[in-house]
Amino acid sequence: MVMSYAPIELTMGRVQKVFYFHVAASWTGMLGFLVATVAAIAYLKTGAIKWDTASLAGIEIGMVFIGLGIVSGMIWARPVWNTWWTWDPRLTTTLIMELIYAAYLLLRSGLDDPQRRARLSAVYAIVGFISVPLTFVSIRVFRTIHPVLVGSSDPTVGAFAMTPRMQAAFFSSLAAFTLLFIALYWHRYLLGLKQNEVQQKRMEIESGGEA
Amino acid sequence: MLKAINLTKSFGNRKVLRGFSITVEPGEIVTLIGVNGAGKTTLLRILSGITSAEIGQVQFNNIPSRDDPSFYRRQIGVVLHAPMLYGNLSARENLRFFSRLYQLPHPEERIDELLQMVNLRSRANDMVRVFSRGMQQRLSIARALLHDPACLLLDEPYTGLDQDSSSVFESLILRAVEDKKMVLLATHDLDKACRTSTRIDLLQQGRIAFTQPRFDVSPEELAETYREITGTQPVKHAAGDAG
Amino acid sequence: MKAFLNTVLAIFWKDLLAERRTREILGTMLVFALTVILVFVFAFDLSVDMRSKAAPGVIWVTLCFAGTISLNRSMSLEKDREGFDGLLLAPVDRTAIYFGKALVNWVFMLITAVIVVPVYALFNNINLFSTGFASVILLGTLGYILTGTLLSALSLQLRTRDMLLPVLLFPVVIPLLLSVVRASTILLQGGIQGELSTWLLLLVGYDLLFAAVGLLVFDKIIEE
Repeated sequence: MVMSYAPIELTMGRVQKVFYFHVAASWTGMLGFLVATVAAIAYLKTGAIKWDTASLAGIEIGMVFIGLGIVSGMIWARPVWNTWWTWDPRLTTTLIMELIYAAYLLLRSGLDDPQRRARLSAVYAIVGFISVPLTFVSIRVFRTIHPVLVGSSDPTVGAFAMTPRMQAAFFSSLAAFTLLFIALYWHRYLLGLKQNEVQQKRMEIESGGEA
Repeated sequence: MLKAINLTKSFGNRKVLRGFSITVEPGEIVTLIGVNGAGKTTLLRILSGITSAEIGQVQFNNIPSRDDPSFYRRQIGVVLHAPMLYGNLSARENLRFFSRLYQLPHPEERIDELLQMVNLRSRANDMVRVFSRGMQQRLSIARALLHDPACLLLDEPYTGLDQDSSSVFESLILRAVEDKKMVLLATHDLDKACRTSTRIDLLQQGRIAFTQPRFDVSPEELAETYREITGTQPVKHAAGDAG
Repeated sequence: MKAFLNTVLAIFWKDLLAERRTREILGTMLVFALTVILVFVFAFDLSVDMRSKAAPGVIWVTLCFAGTISLNRSMSLEKDREGFDGLLLAPVDRTAIYFGKALVNWVFMLITAVIVVPVYALFNNINLFSTGFASVILLGTLGYILTGTLLSALSLQLRTRDMLLPVLLFPVVIPLLLSVVRASTILLQGGIQGELSTWLLLLVGYDLLFAAVGLLVFDKIIEE
């Protein structure tokens, strides 16, 4: 859809089409964090392990999408602003989110007991989630007042108005990514549940098959 | 009266306690024996309020511990495997700190009294860091008794105690019981169990597999029963290790 | 309420007493902080003018690094002989433990700041004395240790122990860091008042938010 339907944008040419990927990917990445945090709160309230699995799935899939978002952001930035990276609020916050995701996964790898791991990761997911809006706001304030930074940062360069056809492509891209996210997430979640089951069966066998 | 009702606790997917229940009345010394991993420590940690059970509840005088945790914690004195002390403070300072947490009215007198009781009066101002294991254990007992709790929960208290400390401890338990307190202790020492308990419970796979009032059994008979039920030898306790 | 405060202060004085005896935390923090400053000076070979401009950044990064020493150590001292379990046994509010530890960390960080800032000023011949700057230091370190104490209680339970604390803490503390450095720069080098108040607002907001988070969530971190 993106490739053929959307018209070629005036100033940036074909590269602009990366925009559809970039925004959609970043958005679904953030969706992953939201899902993970809601699941984390659910875990802390109920103690049911499936919420922990749901939370982990959110972070993992989110991490993939954010990664895509960052890379596509860089691909877009290069020809448009002549730089591989720009410290604009969205991109920077996205990077920080990716770091929080990575920290979350490192945290999990340091814990063996499933309940403790679930509990502490849930706490960290919540702490991380709360910090992200603050991070975004603070960088936004910083950039509004100090626009001159590394590379070109004129916000008008790279901005564009969307024609109706572009809007259609944009939203369908957004929808497509979201659907992709949901599909991947659901698979990951179910996979996680199955892993839990296997783990449980293994434990039961090891402890002599006590019912 | 201390009561545990239907406690269930798993670690990961391993069930450690399965619907475990126990009651301890004032004046009773209940000794728990069982193999390592049977759930003795987990049980004591749940009764102490440090760990929480998935199912079941703990009650003191029919008041669930969950309803008033503060009240419950005042009723129990706990000695676990780790001494729960601060190495960079002296014995006296440690006890002062805990008496502050328990908001004791006349801490200094009580501290002196207890240090005397556990034979640490002369080392009151030394850093806990330099104490031997036995001394730390004795100080830990003093810490547990600070607030004069109605119930004592002890996890293998004789481990690492030399003969003297051991007898000090034994007399403390017997005295507590005279004062109509409750004692629940876990141990590997079958001799001590036979000598000091009012009741002996054998914990196996998360449940009580065997219960025995002390009067009817000698250490040898108990060891035999232990072997039968658990299929292993009871751990032999050497006196005087790590005093 | 009185019992709560009593617990907070009991923990505070206990840690202070232990520290007065061993001086292990503060000593390490100070030496480390001064070393970090030296590294900055050499690594960046800043001109005199730049040193003044870079002051807020260098000082805050240094304080953050030194702060992790206190955060890690003060919590792990509880783990030593399971003093922490002793705290859990006592009839005290779990949250009081959080604030007690946070207070200790805060004081240690402030003491470090009180020494590090004048030293930096001395070495670089710049004037860093300003009540505004002092209040920013107060607010900034407060926010840092509120989040840090929370996460140190968390990271202590990991197999990887305190190795992970900076990894967990730093991404989450960025809005705080940005706000304090910007606010400090404006206070020390002049700038628009309007901007300053925005940053201070963000700073206070961060402090309040994470104090609330700590209050809500600390229980969950230490329960078993």
